[in-house]
Amino acid sequence: MKHKLAVLVENNPGVLAKVSGLFSRRGYNIDSLVVSDTEDKSVSRMTIVVDGDAKTLEQVTKQLHKLVDVIKVNDLTNDEIVSRQLLLVRVAADHDTRGEIIQLMDIFRARIIDIGRRSLIVEATGDEDKIEAIIKSLQPFGVQEIVKTGISAMVRSPKEK
Amino acid sequence: MQQQGAQILINALKDAGVTTIFGYPGGAVLEIYDQLKNSGIKHILVRNEQGGVHAASGYARALGKVGVALATSGPGATNLVTGIATAHMDSIPLVVITGQVPRSMIGTDAFQEIDITGITLPITKHNYLVQRVEDLSRIVAEAFHIAQTGRPGPVLIDIPRDVAQGYCEYIPVTNVELRSYKPTLYGHSGMLKKAVKVIAQAQKLVVVTGGGVISANAEKEVYQLVKMKNASVVSTMMGLGAFPEQDDHFLGMMGTYGNLAANQAVQDCDCLLALGMRFDDRVINVPEKFAPHAQIIHVDIDPAEIGKNVEAHIPIVGDVKNVLIELNEGLQKERLVPSQNYPKAPTNVAEGLNVPYVLHELQKLIGQKETIITTDVGQHQVWTANHYGFNQARTFISSGGLGTMGYGIPAAVGAQIACPDKLVIAVTGDGSFQMCMQELGTIMEQDLPIKILLFNNQTLGMVRQLQYHYCDGRYSGVHFQKTVDFMLLAKAYGAKGYQIKTKEDITPVLSEALNNGCFSLIECAIDSNELCLPIALGGKSIDDMVIVG
Repeated sequence: MKHKLAVLVENNPGVLAKVSGLFSRRGYNIDSLVVSDTEDKSVSRMTIVVDGDAKTLEQVTKQLHKLVDVIKVNDLTNDEIVSRQLLLVRVAADHDTRGEIIQLMDIFRARIIDIGRRSLIVEATGDEDKIEAIIKSLQPFGVQEIVKTGISAMVRSPKEK
Repeated sequence: MQQQGAQILINALKDAGVTTIFGYPGGAVLEIYDQLKNSGIKHILVRNEQGGVHAASGYARALGKVGVALATSGPGATNLVTGIATAHMDSIPLVVITGQVPRSMIGTDAFQEIDITGITLPITKHNYLVQRVEDLSRIVAEAFHIAQTGRPGPVLIDIPRDVAQGYCEYIPVTNVELRSYKPTLYGHSGMLKKAVKVIAQAQKLVVVTGGGVISANAEKEVYQLVKMKNASVVSTMMGLGAFPEQDDHFLGMMGTYGNLAANQAVQDCDCLLALGMRFDDRVINVPEKFAPHAQIIHVDIDPAEIGKNVEAHIPIVGDVKNVLIELNEGLQKERLVPSQNYPKAPTNVAEGLNVPYVLHELQKLIGQKETIITTDVGQHQVWTANHYGFNQARTFISSGGLGTMGYGIPAAVGAQIACPDKLVIAVTGDGSFQMCMQELGTIMEQDLPIKILLFNNQTLGMVRQLQYHYCDGRYSGVHFQKTVDFMLLAKAYGAKGYQIKTKEDITPVLSEALNNGCFSLIECAIDSNELCLPIALGGKSIDDMVIVG
């Protein structure tokens, strides 16, 4: 099962190596990892998607906590969250198919950000399902290149009664 | 007042209570050695950095305080790696300081440059590359705090030469607060209550002492609980000495190479109170077959150890001493079902030139004299753990988790420096001994009255034994073809050399060597066919042991 972890770490040099090294040496697989600083410049936030059963995840979490630079680990898997991923796709397009692709991308609220003679680049953000659906819809036209970021996620704000 | 970085390092070390450093100089630590010279801190010049870090570890374990090792960049730093890993596996508090090339040269593959913080990432509790001289005093204070609190471990500080050469004001750091590091020291009250009920009701309680009991100085609290409940006690190798061996409640070391009665008690008990131990595979052999009838109460300061190898029914994260104080208080208010005490197995040692017998005679001669025994790794280590009776914490110093051959001699150096008035004996074999015997030079130079008891079978006995069990006796690469003249070696290093060649030699030779007041090497020839028995082979439960070879 895939788990999304939000890991707050001290924004120190080497901390990414410490975290990623922990995963590799204990045999855990990272599906994706996003790092950036936060509203507090001394703190970085990593959003890590890791595949494994509950026992593996418990160990991952505990081992992460053991790293002196790790401030907090939250498992977002069972939380109400919004998660987004950025996708760039280069897809084959000539003047016969271009219009159709643009229409299709409108449905997903994806944008065309570059047009060449034989291809164009689509930019989209969304959760994993949406990104997957966009890629699938473009495949018949000839997907030439895909670049994706990892997942950034945030717990939803509490709703008023 | 502006001070040089190297001076600031020395100030910070002194403020952390450091009196002794085990080190080896080099180009990247010139300024540090310059400032060390008249600092009042005692510097023990070792013969290899590996010996230095092992000695710091022996020192830390004998005294219960942080050991400090110092080395230069590059090869100095890489030589430390085995020692740091050894300390990491056994949770020994160390601060290890390395020199580094100047900041401007980092990443250029400069002379004697190595990424030691990268290399030691998986084998340190934490490490630092000091980027600014202004950070130095804070980092040193943090390093000592991290090394000795929570689950202890080694912390490395890598100091670029230009940082040691730089200047700033020394501001002592008296209080370390790290928002990302807050060990859990006290047990969860709900879990403690549960544990009290289960312990009170247990009819067959077995207490396991691990190394954590010694780190937490919790021997008295363990003793109190055991007596209150009439429980039986077994120990991991790291926990030996935490509970007196001579006590009737103590059954022996458990595990693959443990005592059969101890293992049987663990497998039979209805409640296992595991204290400061991590259910290592050499302790439990097969998780699925381990302690099948027991409610397992696992107390450890490291949450990551809970449920890692064996599921605990009642997990308690906290300092063993604090947890035991609360458990004992709780138990005093309960009506306790007295535990059925398992009988201690009679010690059964054949007279002759074998390690168990020599150790029995050794212990008789030592009597009540305060003694620290260090060992190397192999058969002699298992025999020592099983046959020398350790009655006090910090009297047995051995590499448990990593099983590092070459640990015993330098660890004895550290222990003797830490405890000049105690008798320090390094028990070793001819394999392990030759891995770090350069430290004989340190012993000679420091004039340490260490006794090295060297069992010589011209064989790597433990590997040979494994080949006996697992390779149908096809011995490969385990016999030394030519004899070393260890008496000549002893002479070269200014040690008194002795040989035990017959059973009759044992008592007179040991007696003379123990009482001569000086550095001595006692070589005892033993039969290479001897096996460490009993042994629980791979895949078997720990009470399913091979008794006869």
